[in-house]
Amino acid sequence: MYEIVAFYLFSALTIGLFFVTVMSKNILYAMTSLASGMVLISGFFFVLGADFLGVVQLIVYVGAIMALYSFAMMFFDATRDIKERNTGNALVFLLGGLSALVLVLIFAAPIHSDAIQALYPMHEGVGNAQDVGIVLFTKYLIPFEVAAVMLLVAMIAGIILAGKKMDASLTEDISVDDEILVVKDEK
Amino acid sequence: MIGLSHYLIVSAIIFSIGLVGVLRRRNLLMLFFATEVMLNAVNIAFAAISHYYNDLTGQMFAFFVIAIAASEVAVGLGILIVLYKKHGSLDLDDLANMRG
Repeated sequence: MYEIVAFYLFSALTIGLFFVTVMSKNILYAMTSLASGMVLISGFFFVLGADFLGVVQLIVYVGAIMALYSFAMMFFDATRDIKERNTGNALVFLLGGLSALVLVLIFAAPIHSDAIQALYPMHEGVGNAQDVGIVLFTKYLIPFEVAAVMLLVAMIAGIILAGKKMDASLTEDISVDDEILVVKDEK
Repeated sequence: MIGLSHYLIVSAIIFSIGLVGVLRRRNLLMLFFATEVMLNAVNIAFAAISHYYNDLTGQMFAFFVIAIAASEVAVGLGILIVLYKKHGSLDLDDLANMRG
């Protein structure tokens, strides 16, 4: 009973929030709805018994990635509405829905065979975090290390790409900066 | 009772929302939001399959998807800032300068 209520509540709220994310004209609205949708997705993970994945979702997505987005939003003008030239909205919806359906069918087709068997089964009476840790540090150790190196490379790339000329403002034009400098000089 | 197909249907709906966003967005930052929506939809499907087949592999893949999403955002936002410095806007139509 509790699972049914949680599932339908989370799925309705998540779909609505992500719809706002995709359709909104305001970056601020899109970002806040994306963040709250990610919180609700971690609720899905807790319902499914993947506790550690839910915690990682909260820390990494809602904590790190949304903080990074809001940090980047400070460079761009976030209060202004975005003007987009949209071509053929109905066509886009049709194409998006159809291609998503095809993708889901492609990836769901092997599931309908009975050949699936658990490679790394969960253990009874062992917490999810412990189970995940054992599998992650034995069977998936090399992908884990590669992911760590990839995150390091991404961090260096982000610093180098964003770090040049950080003292110059992005949204204000140069004349405004000059005026501020002039005002400072007068003082 | 909630079965595996319920979760997969929700995941498919969220994925198609993200795909519609990728197709209709012209602003690069909004395009990034739509890709995040798609990645989250895939993570739901992984966690659900992991739960119903009693197998931890799905959760492992979800972890790696999260790691890849984090590094994608780090590099992508750097590129976004460089593009904004160069062109003054994030609109894809303004950035299409490879037309011969």
